[in-house]
Amino acid sequence: MKLEARFKLIKGDFTLNSNLATAISGVTGLFGPSGSGKTTFLRCLAGLERATQGYLRFGDDIWQDEAKNIFLPPHQRPVGVVFQENRLFKHLTVKDNLLFGRKRSKNQKSSISWDGVVQILELEPLLNRHPQGLSGGEQQRVAIGRAILSNPELLIMDEPLASMDQTGSRRILGFISSLQNQLQLPILHVSHDMGEILQLADYLAVMESGEIIATGPISDMMTSLELPLAHRSDASTVLTARVVAHDPSYHLNHLEFGEPAQRLFIANNNLAIGDKVRVRIFARDVSLALDHPSNTSILNLFPAQVVEVAQENPAQYVVKLMVGNSPILARITKKSLQSLSIKKGLSLIAQVKSIALER
Amino acid sequence: MAIETINSMDWQALKLSLLLAFVTTAILLLIGTPMAWWLAHSKGRFKTIAEAVISLPLVLPPTVLGFYLLIFLGPYGWLGGAWVTITGHALSFRFSGLVIASVIYSLPFVVQPLQRAFETIGTKPLEAAATLGATPWDTFINVAFPLARGGYITATILGFAHTLGEFGVVLMVGGNIPGQTQVISIAIYDHVESLEYAQAHTLSALLLLLSFASLIFVNAFNRRTPIGIP
Repeated sequence: MKLEARFKLIKGDFTLNSNLATAISGVTGLFGPSGSGKTTFLRCLAGLERATQGYLRFGDDIWQDEAKNIFLPPHQRPVGVVFQENRLFKHLTVKDNLLFGRKRSKNQKSSISWDGVVQILELEPLLNRHPQGLSGGEQQRVAIGRAILSNPELLIMDEPLASMDQTGSRRILGFISSLQNQLQLPILHVSHDMGEILQLADYLAVMESGEIIATGPISDMMTSLELPLAHRSDASTVLTARVVAHDPSYHLNHLEFGEPAQRLFIANNNLAIGDKVRVRIFARDVSLALDHPSNTSILNLFPAQVVEVAQENPAQYVVKLMVGNSPILARITKKSLQSLSIKKGLSLIAQVKSIALER
Repeated sequence: MAIETINSMDWQALKLSLLLAFVTTAILLLIGTPMAWWLAHSKGRFKTIAEAVISLPLVLPPTVLGFYLLIFLGPYGWLGGAWVTITGHALSFRFSGLVIASVIYSLPFVVQPLQRAFETIGTKPLEAAATLGATPWDTFINVAFPLARGGYITATILGFAHTLGEFGVVLMVGGNIPGQTQVISIAIYDHVESLEYAQAHTLSALLLLLSFASLIFVNAFNRRTPIGIP
């Protein structure tokens, strides 16, 4: 499904001037700092706000074209929205909240089944209760279920985990990714939390002061030295890897990623062979060596090639490397850069101390 | 003070009062809803003016309001004159005139609780309903109205009780015609004027009881079913 959006809107001293043209499938992350206009942008997508100059096409349907004075009101757009606050209807039971959108859906032959969603989100025990009695995580699960059960063709999530603690949000993230895997529903996930985006998104749109400054596959966006993401203190890359073997004597999992396949070791007991996982590698955890080190405690050593170098501050550089076809970032000191004469084209070994497992 | 002390004229006054309060409240809920909705959701500068106009009956002496209404509704008034050409009779000193006067007089008592209820709901649940495919009317009936239920109960009771108790405006606009415009508060005044204290007592006690019972009913109802909890 192709999404083409151009919005221009002035609100006080904030100007939204955003263009997005992308094939939308899987999870697209919309990332940007607070106040960058993410919420306004998605309100324009849902039709809750009307950009003074706007054009919006979803697939073959035009939802807004100010040049022709076309504006489809929100109730006519097949968009589900999960808001920051859950916005459940207090006067209805959980079941009636879930049915609210479903009863009004025009798309009755949708593949989204009631039983499936209720099961994935574990809503069965909540059905006869009222929203007030539920915990924050339970309420947000109901809100997600309610939006999905309305049979949307696009699901928008506006920081759905903002008001949740870490354990709660990890759990909800798990629910969201299993829903996505089973329903194949395109999701636009808005967040200012990098970890959240890395766990879910396949594509990423980066927003800054009202503009979408870049769009593309997530690993490209994370490692592009032209974008602000590679220069954050938590700059990192995300690799999709597959569990290929267990080593029970050391409690290690062997994972493979990229082309040609590289082997990665990770200590984690909850993985099964064949699982596809996302691993996050922080730039600050990657060190570089010119030769293959023989005596080292570091398990993950990858042959890599330098593709770009940029100065971060007077003391530090960020180096972009390719390990096979996977980009990786390393943050090193100016001293190391000079003593190893690291420059574009150099082949070396990237050593990764620790790897965070994202999914 | 037995029931026998209530004569047929008093019964008529009581029935007329109840009918007037009933009709007035019904009309007020119908026209007060869009007014309150608009006030709760608009930000324009007209809002301040509209709010002041609607609140006027709260501060204006009833006789002043009644005087203007008498002129407005009378055969030479703007509305009264038009009414004469259409129906052949004036609005003043008639039940229909009383209804119009009561609607204006009790307007803030209905609009304000509704406005407050709509403001408390805010736009968030309404937007959620829209994204779930509900048309604006559907959203009002199935989301805003049930969430504003407390406001509607308060508005109904206040509108009804206030209309039942009005005196000054009714006397100015409707006069004191038994069976047509003599309401219970005026009947009480009449009894006191003619030193018929026993009858004044009975009617007053009846009104007191009625007001008290309705408040008990509202409170009990609100307590048993606060919004959302079955």
